[in-house]
Amino acid sequence: MTQNKKYLTLSGLEPLVVTPESNFINVGERTNVTGSRKFLRLIKEEKYDEALEVARDQVEGGAQILDVNMDEGMLDGVYAMTTFLNLIASEPDISRIPLMIDSSKWEIIEAGLQVAQGKCVVNSISLKEGEAQFKHHAKLIKRYGAAVVVMAFDEDGQADNYERRIEICKRSYHILVNELKFPAQDIIFDPNIFPVATGMDEHRRNALDFFEATKWIRENLPHANVSGGVSNVSFSFRGNNVVREAMHSAFLYHAIKNGMNLGIVNPTMLEVYDEIDKDLLERVEDVLFDRRDDATERLLDFAESVKGQKKEQEDKVQEWRSDPLQDRITHALVKGIDAFILEDVEEARLAAAKPIEVIEGHLMIGMNVVGDLFGSGKMFLPQVVKSARVMKKAVAYLQPFIEEAKKAPKSPKGTSYWKTADPLLYGLMKEHAKTMRNQPTEAEALLWDVLRNKQLDNYKFRRQHIVGSYIADFICLKKGLIVEIDGLIHQLPENKATDEERTKWLNEQGYRVIRFTNDEVLSNLDDVLEKLKETLKVSPLGTEGARYAGKILMATVKGDVHDIGKNIVSVVLGCNNYEIIDLGVMVPPEKIIETAIKENVDIIGLSGLITPSLDEMVYVSKSLEKQNVKIPLIIGGATTSRAHSAVKIAPHYNNTVVHINDASRAVTVVGDLLKEDSKIYKNQIREEYDAFREQFLKRTKKKEYLTIADARKNKFKINWKTSEIVKPKELGIQIIKDFDITKLEDFIDWSPFFRSWDLHGKYPAILTDNIVGEQATELFADAQVLLKRIFDEKLLKAKAIFGLFEANTVNDDDIEINIEECHRKRSHEVSNSASQKEGLDCPQPSKFKFLTLRQQSKKSEGKPNLALADFIAPKATNKQDYIGCFCVSTGFGTAALAAQFEAEHDDYNSIMIKALADRLAEAFAEFLHKEVRTKHWGYAKNEDLTNADLIKENYKGIRPAPGYPACPDHLEKTTIWDILKVEENIGVKLTESLAMWPAASVSGYYFGNPEAKYFGLGKIKEDQIEDYSKRRGISHEEATKWLSPNIAD
Amino acid sequence: MYREHIHIMSKIKEELQKRILVLDGAMGTMLQQYNFSEEDFRGERFKDYPSPLKGNNDLLSITQPKAIAEIHAKYFEAGADIVETNTFSGTTIAMADYDMEDLVYELNYESAKIAKEVADEFTKEQPEKPRFVAGSIGPTNRTASLSPDVNRPEYRAITFNELRVAYKQQVEALIDGGVDMLLVETIFDTLNAKAALFAIEEVKEERHIDIPIMVSGTITDASGRTLSGQTVEAFLTSVSHIPLLSVGFNCALGAQQLQPYLQRLSDETEFFTSAHPNAGLPNAFGEYDETPEQMQGYIEAYLKDNLINIIGGCCGTSPEHIKAIAEVAQKYKPRKIVIPA
Repeated sequence: MTQNKKYLTLSGLEPLVVTPESNFINVGERTNVTGSRKFLRLIKEEKYDEALEVARDQVEGGAQILDVNMDEGMLDGVYAMTTFLNLIASEPDISRIPLMIDSSKWEIIEAGLQVAQGKCVVNSISLKEGEAQFKHHAKLIKRYGAAVVVMAFDEDGQADNYERRIEICKRSYHILVNELKFPAQDIIFDPNIFPVATGMDEHRRNALDFFEATKWIRENLPHANVSGGVSNVSFSFRGNNVVREAMHSAFLYHAIKNGMNLGIVNPTMLEVYDEIDKDLLERVEDVLFDRRDDATERLLDFAESVKGQKKEQEDKVQEWRSDPLQDRITHALVKGIDAFILEDVEEARLAAAKPIEVIEGHLMIGMNVVGDLFGSGKMFLPQVVKSARVMKKAVAYLQPFIEEAKKAPKSPKGTSYWKTADPLLYGLMKEHAKTMRNQPTEAEALLWDVLRNKQLDNYKFRRQHIVGSYIADFICLKKGLIVEIDGLIHQLPENKATDEERTKWLNEQGYRVIRFTNDEVLSNLDDVLEKLKETLKVSPLGTEGARYAGKILMATVKGDVHDIGKNIVSVVLGCNNYEIIDLGVMVPPEKIIETAIKENVDIIGLSGLITPSLDEMVYVSKSLEKQNVKIPLIIGGATTSRAHSAVKIAPHYNNTVVHINDASRAVTVVGDLLKEDSKIYKNQIREEYDAFREQFLKRTKKKEYLTIADARKNKFKINWKTSEIVKPKELGIQIIKDFDITKLEDFIDWSPFFRSWDLHGKYPAILTDNIVGEQATELFADAQVLLKRIFDEKLLKAKAIFGLFEANTVNDDDIEINIEECHRKRSHEVSNSASQKEGLDCPQPSKFKFLTLRQQSKKSEGKPNLALADFIAPKATNKQDYIGCFCVSTGFGTAALAAQFEAEHDDYNSIMIKALADRLAEAFAEFLHKEVRTKHWGYAKNEDLTNADLIKENYKGIRPAPGYPACPDHLEKTTIWDILKVEENIGVKLTESLAMWPAASVSGYYFGNPEAKYFGLGKIKEDQIEDYSKRRGISHEEATKWLSPNIAD
Repeated sequence: MYREHIHIMSKIKEELQKRILVLDGAMGTMLQQYNFSEEDFRGERFKDYPSPLKGNNDLLSITQPKAIAEIHAKYFEAGADIVETNTFSGTTIAMADYDMEDLVYELNYESAKIAKEVADEFTKEQPEKPRFVAGSIGPTNRTASLSPDVNRPEYRAITFNELRVAYKQQVEALIDGGVDMLLVETIFDTLNAKAALFAIEEVKEERHIDIPIMVSGTITDASGRTLSGQTVEAFLTSVSHIPLLSVGFNCALGAQQLQPYLQRLSDETEFFTSAHPNAGLPNAFGEYDETPEQMQGYIEAYLKDNLINIIGGCCGTSPEHIKAIAEVAQKYKPRKIVIPA
């Protein structure tokens, strides 16, 4: 009886008892948005049925605990966790096993705990944020009836040696068991598995320290359990699965022997311990146990030799070079290898009748393979972009030959393309043509009446046009289409023969010929026109454009400068045989419409990142509708969503509107839109969006809101009597020009970089991810190469400006800045400042105000309605408080570099440089914030945070940015620009939508109060808009326009 | 209050070491005999209440307090050590059916007071056999882990937080009214029970008190699972994070059908065990017709196997049943708990 009570016991519909006999409990981890790209996509698209299948697969595959993680910036984590766990509850074959509720956000953990009837595991808590929070969370976890994973992490950071692991686990255990009476068996320690054989001396004991710490925990902390993520250990051998699998099983074998009893292991990355090659095993264990000084080298040597596969690959390199030509070209495209492409293409050209055939044949065959692999998820975005680079190089090489070939037979003089006549006959025929034009038949006159002046779908037709030795009745040169109207005379046999010969000749020249009888034109003009339209839609033969499956206009909308995503979509579509007309960034709607009509494009793609772009897209769609344009619209970009497209754009546009959430979907969507019978698809999309809109509007939770007055009453109240206000050491404005950009390397947050390439996961775990790991590693290596160039060749310039000022909150939500004071002091100080930074005059003494917006949704009891102004002492307290603002940019030079790469047909690096510049800008903002905290303001002089801590925003004080959740009001940027004179001082401009240019820029405020925290404004109500418009001194309409994404319906 | 409950806790534990404690039987079965009309339910106070009130048994603690006290007394006379307050539906959630959410505090407070007064009289007369009052906390009529709409499996008619708030109110009123312990019973959805336990822990912390908690689940049918799908062991695991006085099963099944599940429960838990089964399974007319003797026989089998610390009856049981059960319970030693090292 009661034998279980000191064993970790969990439950779903059935119990799970972790006894010494249960050996090792495996946690299923594919239902984790940070680890599985597929799962993330399913959750984002609310495809919960398919997401449930992922969970079911895990259970059927033998997972004994199901880890669920919904930590993703774009997700409503609480909603996703609640919905998914509720759905799991109604699937008995899934809910029979216990859940691991995995989140770094407490509210998500709590949401999960509130919908799970069984005993779950919370993953995780630690002393990182200090004892108070640790205890608070542990107490609640106990009350909810869950076990807990405790990370070996404390206020000083993550434990990375034996002593620190012991120290933190011991302390955590003591607090939990002795102070909180937390059941010891419900504690699962994660003492951090770190990589070994990295070549760094300080990593040599990583595995050993883990084993020993595990053993220590199991022996000294009664009933506690130990868990960990095993794949980390082999991090440095990624790409070499033989060695990795051996390392995993050897590690697991010894970890279990030392007492690890739960963990996350990918079963497909595990060799059977007994079947590991004895020599390899010895070398692996030498490394794990740090048994020899040369252990790492010996394992590396072995790894080289197991790389037999790698060697084979090198042999294969030579091998594929002797494959047939088409296979070589396909191989080069799929693998993205450009080393041999020009010689292969040359060989193909020499063998082909016309140079264009190399593109239409060899290269397109290869790109179709790429498209298929990408479509089926077997290739990833960076690979496709590399394929495109090879393709572009090949096409660029062929282009001059194609031009030459086009000219030769048709126009020896090499003149413009409409001069299609045989030069010798031209003089004679010109006269004849003139005559015929003046004496048209009745049918010809009738048809001309409807074709002239681009009346037919905007196609330009000419009549009685001389082609070689013939005169065509009508011709659309652009589409290479000749229209012939035949009188009865054409019915005679000999004439028929002539017509056929003539058609054949014209076809050879790349023209299509369509014939109508006089009678058809005279009696049934509508049918004739319909037929003409249909034919015009089909791409012309052999002329420019013949090889394209469709023409797509791409543009980043007015006011927005972000184009990484748009460029990726362009490249991917380009790879799939679409002609792309890229209008670039900040494209005014008139230009989009004009180009769409002029170029007769098949699809218009609109992209944008900042929130005002959402409105701009609505405006473009309305304008298109007004002009009666009937071209499908595709929408993409970080802030766009299916919801926005369905609710805000689709209703204004009669043609199709499709939202595309990642580049891989673009090909399918565009393919469906342009296929022969696209009506069905378009109707389906329309129906889907209508249904979605209805559902969305219904679903929009009936949130309760406070009036702005009540929200203000429920503001966040800092006790200003006791709150510590630190006066900045250096008030006033400072400029940093020619900053040493290499200093930023350690501050880079890489995870978003991978996201911009559609690779989802957290850095560095993403490098070893089962699915995208290899690609991520390769991409990362390429990024490092370019980053090194940026550093070595000083390719990018970094500039920054920031200022620290006296400030107080007035009228609840406004922050009044006192520039005068700083002005006086600064001009005084500048004279004896010898710093490398430029001191400079503050703006003309005047009062500036930052206007903040306040949360209005009704909060649960005790939770305040926040506004940024709450973090600054109100004037009425008579306490002098302070605020800062800043702008940094690393974008100077990006555009030129990108253009240079594009000129070299290297889209891959053109996108890469922009992605890196963005990362550097964020890193610069992080760096500068640290400088401000520790030096210029100096309220956190003793701060010692790692890069990981910075990314997780563990520092004191915040730096919210206009346009982001705490302050969605982009207009605040104009105030920052006025105060700091940003444009004059460092050259960063604001567009009409208030995007920053160069794009790789960050601006924001500094709040130094220790109680300041990040939050999301959420939706606000009309009364606040009204109030805000008065404060801002703008019309209600204008305020509505700027804040519309945040206005509650 | 603090000292008082510590005292009761040790007092009950002391009694439980000595003997098997007997819980009362059904309140509803007894009330049927009174044949109360709509007017009786209303009494003077609610005679103009807009909604129909017949069937709101909890309300009788206010409108017919004498009847309730009588029933408690009958069960004590029959040999019960613990009676349950007449508060099975005493939450804002269940009372919404009668538009009586505002009365929840009063209902629970008065019910507790009535039961406690009766218990105190008996204890006074017979100090060697102290009598206790358990505040009955029912499951409400909503489930937090099941959707009432098959087409919307993600939907829930009630949330954990709504339950927690409602339970907290009931718990505070019961404690203020003087109950000796709390009985979270007829648990068909463990998540509801967890919300109740969460609320009790909050009250304990806020008031700096400890109070014995009994938890009693319901195995709905021969599948051996709760309505929300948990096995005996999973259910036990899901409620054992709170220090309980006892854990057990009640309702749905008769004593005979319940035995195998009690066996599994008794094997696994270090808390005291309880059972208050129905008087057999309902017949074709929905009536329970197991006689006191039959039930006594089945329960004797529990006692022989040493499964039980607290025993009583649920639907269909009467003072006669409890008398028969109390008689047989006297003959056996209580189940021993092995306190793990």
